[in-house]
Amino acid sequence: MLFSPYQKRIAEIAVGSMLFLFAILFEAGSAARLLLFLAAYAVTGSDVILRAVRNVSRRQIFDENFLMSVATIGAFCIGHYSEAVAVMLFYKIGMLFENRAVEKSRRSIAELMNIRPDYANLKRGENIERVDPDLVSVGDVIVIKPGEKVPLDCVVIDGSSTLDTSPLTGESMPERVREGDEMPSGTINLNGLLVARVTKSASESTASKILDLVENAAAKKSKSENFITKFARYYTPAIVGTSAFIAVIPPLALKGAAFGDWIYRALVFLVISCPCALVISIPMSFFGGLGAAARRGILVKGSNYLEALADTEVAVFDKTGTLTKGVFEVQEVVSKNQYNNEEILKFAACAESFSNHPISLSIRRAYGKEINSVLISNVKEIPGQGVIATVDGHFVAAGNAKLMQMHGISAEDPGNAGTVVHVTVDNDYKGCIVIADEIKEDAAKAVSDLKAQKVKKVVMLTGDAKSVASIVALSLGIDEAYGGLLPADKVQKVEELMADKSTKGKLIFVGDGINDAPVLARADVGIAMGGLGSDAAIEAADVVIMTDEPSKIPVAIKIAKRTLAIAKQNIAIALGVKGAILSLGALGIATMWAAVFADVGVTLIAILNAMRVLKVRVLGSTITKPLNER
Amino acid sequence: MKRAFKLEGLNCANCAEKIEREVKALRGVNFASVNFMTAKMVIDGDDVMFDEIVKAAQGIVARYEPDVVVKKA
Repeated sequence: MLFSPYQKRIAEIAVGSMLFLFAILFEAGSAARLLLFLAAYAVTGSDVILRAVRNVSRRQIFDENFLMSVATIGAFCIGHYSEAVAVMLFYKIGMLFENRAVEKSRRSIAELMNIRPDYANLKRGENIERVDPDLVSVGDVIVIKPGEKVPLDCVVIDGSSTLDTSPLTGESMPERVREGDEMPSGTINLNGLLVARVTKSASESTASKILDLVENAAAKKSKSENFITKFARYYTPAIVGTSAFIAVIPPLALKGAAFGDWIYRALVFLVISCPCALVISIPMSFFGGLGAAARRGILVKGSNYLEALADTEVAVFDKTGTLTKGVFEVQEVVSKNQYNNEEILKFAACAESFSNHPISLSIRRAYGKEINSVLISNVKEIPGQGVIATVDGHFVAAGNAKLMQMHGISAEDPGNAGTVVHVTVDNDYKGCIVIADEIKEDAAKAVSDLKAQKVKKVVMLTGDAKSVASIVALSLGIDEAYGGLLPADKVQKVEELMADKSTKGKLIFVGDGINDAPVLARADVGIAMGGLGSDAAIEAADVVIMTDEPSKIPVAIKIAKRTLAIAKQNIAIALGVKGAILSLGALGIATMWAAVFADVGVTLIAILNAMRVLKVRVLGSTITKPLNER
Repeated sequence: MKRAFKLEGLNCANCAEKIEREVKALRGVNFASVNFMTAKMVIDGDDVMFDEIVKAAQGIVARYEPDVVVKKA
């Protein structure tokens, strides 16, 4: 009969334990007792010893199999039979639990990131074939049935439905899609039948990019992970060295010291010489943290960034597209001298008709009528001021107060949170147009949540006028706002802020990832928003927020803090318990029983603790399972 | 060239660290990482030497974790 490796190990442990219990029933010193102990040891420990021999032949002497073998065989030699068997038995039980726990956490993280498409329904003529997404090319037509995952990035050509984007964004609100809408892979079609044209191959699609990013994130290791790696490198040799010293020197140096007693103490050391608890639990905590963040649409590119996020002291936001929607709309037209609003808009729209500046676009949208370009001549754009042109024979200037001054007109801004475009026709002031960018619904919450996460300073940078910057800042509760900045000024400002903060605190910069690559790179952690579908943002940033909600930033910081706290707890538990047992062992107080608990028990506690990272409740939201899991 | 490998049956985090360190030190390797949690090894190395690098890396894995199967991811 064939057993799985797992069943085999359970069987070994069961038989070993039975033999061990039988052995205890026999009188101490009897041959039957010794034989039963040896049998129990052989059943449970033979594979450990085999592996030890194999590894030693490969010169791996600090291998845990070898250390356990030496410790238990040593215990046999000095007559501590029951302890020898018990240590091996507990070690095996511990390993079994450890592997199960690792397996389980690997699986639960994989489940959180269950966005990898399994198949695509490829349409060939009238037939629909179920194929591997890798085999579908750009331009192919696929069918997505209700309940199915969108296998590749595509655009809807027929049908309409609602889309569950939560696997990518953590957003529970479904999104409506119809003809012409783009759908990223990894989202789930909830109800209608959709026919779509593939726009990206499997390896270029959103789902694979995200998975790639998350799975490779751990390549950039945090300081705690590096510390543990270094520590592990020296810990085992140091403990084994001390153990050898204890076994030999005191019995020779001290009068009346028994070899057996000191060897026992040395063996206690060997049992706890493996740094397993730390080496497993720290990367596990960080990986859990990365997974928990990814589940909420926050992609962190490395454990080191998670670590830096936890120490956020200054949060710097770009304004447009980050705190505001980046969509400019004409809010109002203020006319002077009973001039017609329509006329003001018309002249401005005509003068601005050759510009693609968002401001110009919004004025043209507000005007909403066809513009006869034949009537427009002598158009001149003056950077940072506005535009002048001849419209239908009239000289028109549309721009800010500076432009008005140039033409000898004093104009005052009405004092709203917007960009003001003053309009003159034949050097006669007609009025102004107020254009504003709408503030995102969750921007204020983002700022207050950041403050709740003990972020000392929230700063806003913008290319817009200072007056606009300070009004937006005031309404959101932002501490400092700097307006009128060119991209290069933003880098300089961030450098000034970096110099100002404490050495331990970190500065994060949040932008939309389009024009702020240098600033993203300069900050300790560069965060790009609205990553869904923007390759540039995913490239440039250290952290990518899939949605365009600034309120995800405090969530990321909370997850980071939680991860760091758990990692630190694990370091403290492991080092504390091991340190205690080592000192007690040296004094001859701790037994091998205690030592095996310190080794195996602490590893298990650390693993279970690390798993808690996945269950973090963040600011009222809980992890929801992907819909197809229900 | 950069390629990922799946290390099936990777159960020892300590060994993962050791494997990573040795693969990183191989000649022609620009960057390497072994992720214990995803049981994945990523090697970025010189194109010309890549086959040799992979062979050497497999040798290192076999030395530390004889039961692990290296597969192309």
